[in-house]
Amino acid sequence: MKTLNNLRPGQSGVVDRITAEGALKRHFLDMGITKGVVVTMERVAPFGDPVAVRLRGYSLSLRRTEAKKIVLEAGA
Amino acid sequence: MNGNRTVAIIGNPNSGKTTLFNRLTGSNQHVGNWPGVTVDRKTGHICHDGIGVDIVDLPGIYSLSPYTQEEIIAREYVLSDELDGILNIVDAANIERNLYLTLQLISLGLPMVVALGFMDDVRAQGVEINVKELERRLGVPVVPISAKKGENIHDLLDELVHGMRVPALQPTYLHGVGAAIRRATELLQPLSMRRCSLPFYAAKLLEGDTALWAKYGGDMPRNMREQLDALAEGMHSHANSTDNEMVLADAMYDYIEEIVRACFKRPREHKRTITEQIDAIVLHRVWALPIFAFFMFLMFWTTFGPIGSWLGSGMEYLILDLIAPAVEGGLTAIGTQAWLVGLICDGAIGGVGGVVSFLPQIVILFFFLSILEDTGYLARVAFIMDTLLRRIGLSGKSFVPMLMGFGCTTPAVMAARTMENDADRRMTIMLTPFMSCGAKLPVYALVAGAIFPAHQGLVVISLYVLGILMGVVAGFILKKTIFREVSSGFVLELPTYRMPSFKGTVLNMWQKAKDFITRAGTIIFLMSVVIWLLQNFTPTLAVAQDAGASILGVIGTAIAPIFAPLGFNAWQESVALLTGLVAKEAVVSTMSVLYGAGGDSAMLSSLLGSVFTPLSGYSFLVFTLLYMPCMSAFATIKREMGGWRWAIGAAAFQTVLAYFTALVIYQVGSLFL
Repeated sequence: MKTLNNLRPGQSGVVDRITAEGALKRHFLDMGITKGVVVTMERVAPFGDPVAVRLRGYSLSLRRTEAKKIVLEAGA
Repeated sequence: MNGNRTVAIIGNPNSGKTTLFNRLTGSNQHVGNWPGVTVDRKTGHICHDGIGVDIVDLPGIYSLSPYTQEEIIAREYVLSDELDGILNIVDAANIERNLYLTLQLISLGLPMVVALGFMDDVRAQGVEINVKELERRLGVPVVPISAKKGENIHDLLDELVHGMRVPALQPTYLHGVGAAIRRATELLQPLSMRRCSLPFYAAKLLEGDTALWAKYGGDMPRNMREQLDALAEGMHSHANSTDNEMVLADAMYDYIEEIVRACFKRPREHKRTITEQIDAIVLHRVWALPIFAFFMFLMFWTTFGPIGSWLGSGMEYLILDLIAPAVEGGLTAIGTQAWLVGLICDGAIGGVGGVVSFLPQIVILFFFLSILEDTGYLARVAFIMDTLLRRIGLSGKSFVPMLMGFGCTTPAVMAARTMENDADRRMTIMLTPFMSCGAKLPVYALVAGAIFPAHQGLVVISLYVLGILMGVVAGFILKKTIFREVSSGFVLELPTYRMPSFKGTVLNMWQKAKDFITRAGTIIFLMSVVIWLLQNFTPTLAVAQDAGASILGVIGTAIAPIFAPLGFNAWQESVALLTGLVAKEAVVSTMSVLYGAGGDSAMLSSLLGSVFTPLSGYSFLVFTLLYMPCMSAFATIKREMGGWRWAIGAAAFQTVLAYFTALVIYQVGSLFL
């Protein structure tokens, strides 16, 4: 299973589903992380975590543990 | 209440909401608090074409979900009867996510106008927007503006007073979602909710919003409940899913993408935005840290270094050395009693001096914070520092208050305002005092110099390190006890870099200064007067001849045995620690007076050398490092935590931790030395 956490800087993926629950799931959805959206890994913070991704024309930072809860479509 | 209409400004964080609010209301605004929380509630007033409108600036939110403090406030407010309309500010450069909130606001059915902000940025990117089409598809008036340049603000005011109207249509989401919401809207008609907002309630109840189900579920007849359940079931099975929150969000974003395709014409090739170019440098894996360190150093150095301390002591000089002696001379000349002169000059004016000497530092710090926040760099600070601070249960944004804590706890605690998450903010406020503040340095220097003349520097450094370590320990304890709730995580927008507006920065500095003087300042002033009285009167209310005979001295003597297990049981030390509550550097001056050294520091140093053993001296320093902060910090903590209970709890926690740490050091040390 490929998640957002597996992307390297510069790589993109398409969101398939979210495995988070409760407040985190809600927050993901509110920030526009929905099925079919293209997400590009922008960079990794100096200490290796969190990461910054770009989607829907803006940048979002999230921790690696959170990025693991965003499953990407296989292939691509 | 007056007869004015009330309009709420609502928008995403970083959507230019505050700039627009400042632009519309000018300095005609009032900052208060939302009931029960420390989120600023700004209200203002505008008058256009002879019609008055009251404007409420709601906190920046991404959605009307019931999770963050800001969302809860905004949601309760828009569902209340207090507002007559909504001014929704939308960042045209970040349109998809901003329209997500707009669609939710439309479902409230209130009169509404959309201000399409940052039009200049969008044009610079070569994007063309068909505003008429956007207006048609949203069903509400849309005014393209640039709040900073004042572009079209007049048109927006026209719309606000004349053009606000109920949305002409409700969005029709695909895949049966829209149909389910329409059907649920009809079902809910018999209930007591505001009728125009039924589409909002319908969508939220179908999503399974627990807060709304708890509120209205009980009033529903059984068949209504069953029909709603069936609709909810149909909604997600239709989309091959099990989760209506996801189904609805997907449908809303699909709808938005459709609108954006129809109304936004983007240039064929994607030009890297200025923000992406800046981030490539300031978030670079190698350069990020040096650049970050430079900005932090600049901020710390300006606030607490020569400039800040020069302004601070200038204020103090003005009040204590110019005004106080003049008043004293005047009072003595007209034959006022000596104790009353003392109360007015040393107690009251001294208290004022204590308050205003913090002002320059607060103003300078908020100048920087305002710029860090408005430019968008503060979110990057959180991004850079998150990993380090997460280990002790804090978030990246705690870094700035913690760093400032090494200068002065009072402004540092205020700096925690920049943190959205309430639990993180409270924990940061409680841990900031462990960062050894500048006023403690004279105490370390004196005592360490007297007892460890050869290793003074090393001893002082060890205290700073111990403070940080104890902060980590305290963070760990707090996380396991009162802040056990799971953090909402770290999903943070890295906003577009923007030039901060001069007006907004000045306004922010002024508001923080005013807030400090009126709220924390009054307490600091009162406490200064009370402590002055305790210091200068004996328990029989005669004028105390020396500090030892004063009420404070008597208390100090009484509590001295408590400190015996820590290795220092002379009453002078207890009294010195008590006066340290006024200001930490007072520990030095009190000991100087009580040991009869006057202002002679060499004499005091040799006296202390005979009073303390190396171990008891170190134990004394550790206690000084960790015990409750001075009253100005205490008053600020009370203000920022929103209550005495929190402030007293924090002070007790710190003092108890100080006691046990010093106890362990002294007792364990005694076994070896």
